[in-house]
Amino acid sequence: MQIDMQHISKSFGSNEVLKDVNFSVKGGEVHALMGENGAGKSTMMNILTGLLEPNSGTILVDGKETHFDNALEAEQHGIAFIHQEMNNFGEMPVLDNMFLNKEIKKGFGLIDNAKMKTIAQKALDQLDMKVDFSQPIGELSVGQQQMIEIAKSLMTDAKIIIMDEPTAALTQDEIQKLFVVIRKLRDQGVGLIYISHRMEELFEIADRVTVMRDGLTINTYNTADTNVKQIVHDMVGRDMGDFYPERHPKYGKTMLEVSGLTNDKFKDVSFSVRSGEVLAFSGLMGAGRTEIMRAIFGIDKLDAGTIKVDGKELVIKNPNDAISHNVGFLTEDRKTEGLILDATLADNIDLPSIDGFSKHGLIDEKADKDFVDMLLKRLNVKANGRDDEAGSLSGGNQQKVVLAKWVGSGSQVLILDEPTRGVDVGAKREIYDLMNELTDRGTAIIMVSSDLDEVLGFSDKIAVVYEGHLMDVVDTKDATQESIMTLATGGKNE
Amino acid sequence: MSNQTEAEAKKKFSFGDFYKKLGPMVALIVLIVLVSVLNFSFLDPLNLLNLLRQVSVNALIAFGMEFVILTGGIDLSVGAIVALSGAFTAQLVLAGVPTLLSLLIGMLTGAIFGAINGVIIAYGKAAPFIATLATQTILRGATYVFTKGNPITGTKMSNNFGFQFFGQGYLFGIPFPVYIMAIFYICAYILLHRTTFGRKTYALGGNPKAAFVAGVKNNKMIILIYTIAGFLSAVAGAILTSRLASAQPDAGNAYEMDAIAAVVLGGTSLAGGKGRMFGTLIGALIIGVLNNGMNLLGISSFYQQIVKGIVILVAVLLDRKQAKA
Repeated sequence: MQIDMQHISKSFGSNEVLKDVNFSVKGGEVHALMGENGAGKSTMMNILTGLLEPNSGTILVDGKETHFDNALEAEQHGIAFIHQEMNNFGEMPVLDNMFLNKEIKKGFGLIDNAKMKTIAQKALDQLDMKVDFSQPIGELSVGQQQMIEIAKSLMTDAKIIIMDEPTAALTQDEIQKLFVVIRKLRDQGVGLIYISHRMEELFEIADRVTVMRDGLTINTYNTADTNVKQIVHDMVGRDMGDFYPERHPKYGKTMLEVSGLTNDKFKDVSFSVRSGEVLAFSGLMGAGRTEIMRAIFGIDKLDAGTIKVDGKELVIKNPNDAISHNVGFLTEDRKTEGLILDATLADNIDLPSIDGFSKHGLIDEKADKDFVDMLLKRLNVKANGRDDEAGSLSGGNQQKVVLAKWVGSGSQVLILDEPTRGVDVGAKREIYDLMNELTDRGTAIIMVSSDLDEVLGFSDKIAVVYEGHLMDVVDTKDATQESIMTLATGGKNE
Repeated sequence: MSNQTEAEAKKKFSFGDFYKKLGPMVALIVLIVLVSVLNFSFLDPLNLLNLLRQVSVNALIAFGMEFVILTGGIDLSVGAIVALSGAFTAQLVLAGVPTLLSLLIGMLTGAIFGAINGVIIAYGKAAPFIATLATQTILRGATYVFTKGNPITGTKMSNNFGFQFFGQGYLFGIPFPVYIMAIFYICAYILLHRTTFGRKTYALGGNPKAAFVAGVKNNKMIILIYTIAGFLSAVAGAILTSRLASAQPDAGNAYEMDAIAAVVLGGTSLAGGKGRMFGTLIGALIIGVLNNGMNLLGISSFYQQIVKGIVILVAVLLDRKQAKA
């Protein structure tokens, strides 16, 4: 099967989101689609799958002009869209989720579970996957749920599968498994459209890559004929210089020192971070990095261990204690813990600092507003103003709002858990620049990251966690992908 | 998203915002005009003052309920608190305890009952609906036990000028409970909209996890908020007891429903995080005008309930529609 999208244009009101775009994918290839947030990738895929109507242009399926009125029609033609956010019902068994609204029935309206199981198993066999169909789907890992999504598309006999950021929440291990499956599907003649922000994956899995920017398709390359620099250049429309800004750290005194931290998720963890330093925390997902940070910040309980901030030993019982000692924590999941999505930017940004704006018991509204405006400007948040709802911003800008909270609260120790996840290239660079600026002014930063390139590209030291143990802390300049991966998988470097 | 759609979304949003802020006000005015046209005596100053006095009890409870609902919670025990704290106050007055002290002790017990609700919800991690349903039942039962099922009344109450004044008195021609309502409205308004406590209340309702990470002490906030709700219910209870010159064992029955209705009519979202104190005041007035107006029009109390229910339903559906748009 081959799909050609030709001269597609789409406007919302007077704003052109797609401008005379061409894109094609054929069976037996993995075609990556790259571009910053807002470049038009999603709009194009939504048009392909019948969710949106183009203003002009044609879609050819195997050379024949085709038009899908809705997603179901596209699905019936063999085009499956695996969305980034999986809409599963966590409490419902795997099987019920897989056949939701497509239940197979026998007489009297009863559901034919046996038949459904047979069909589902056939799809899962293709992926070499085994699951207990009666298990609630929410108990599966994100990676497994992703596989179930793929199995669902196989059940509909999909010839073209669109994957939107499929690896965003997967561990390194699960990513490799996913790639095996993708290659297998490709070899079976399925065409895959692969949307991702991760450069290294692109070169590992894609046969072709199309870069979009500002509603235009900039270029389509054979992956073998291009490189990271070329693609980044196409994505941002200029050279990024080095992808990661250089670090010129000037270290001061030790700002955070922990020793013997223990709870049921990690054991005997000791490390310290100095003023002006970026200490990266690397490790596989589930190794316990996030849990260590949550305990330091007082979200989770510690069973043992001491925490010293700025030389003073503290008992941190809740985040309030941590904040009052100038510790800030950007959580891994900004939607559930970082932001109040339907509150304004102002109400989000000043929340950790709000007690400081209390004058005679009342909030000093003017000082508060000035404070918020200053931070929005300083972090270059793209929004109409402080009264925008946080949920209305793009991922990168939401992340900047969370950062603004912690910059504003005067954090001397700033813990950033996956600060650039789900953030486009341009905003990523801005976040690194901000981190540089903060460390220049003496902030100590801990950066938990699953992106090994980032860890190696933008830190001074790297702490590696494996199954709740801190394996080692190494100087970044002495570290390599291999040495970090060895530690992260429980090995020792000689 | 394109600039155009963003601008459109903004326009729609601000219309929704307008509705949220002024919709209840418009509804109130329409209602007042309607009732006045059907029966001129509605606008009689005496009737209006009477209406305000009637509203004061529900409004006080609703101010507390506003805080509770903003956190995404609910308090079903307020009506029972009205009854039990009222009974305590009445018993104290009868026992010859100074009037002011009796009133204060009654209000304090209300605050304590509220704090207990808060502790159960914060530390027991109990769903507010069930927790306060249970305490409602317990407190109502306790009221029956305490009053032995009979009204608490006596000449020491009906002859006590200070106590009578609290619910029945007039100051410069305006019923005293109206002053109490006004004072607590101002307090509640300032607390919610001008202090860090208010900001944290919204944060807690908007996203409790994010609020906690940002340093809000969620449990402490919840306990304080339910304490406020309990306290204001007891103030309402004192007014009611004084007005009737007796404490009825079934006083305040189903008052939680009127308070919740006032909050919701005022545009506050039951999901928490969104709403304004002014809206709740308007909501309480809408219910007051509705009750008063229907009485004036001679509508039977059976039909009154149906009408009230329909009005609440329409308000909620309109609100939903706006939220979706």
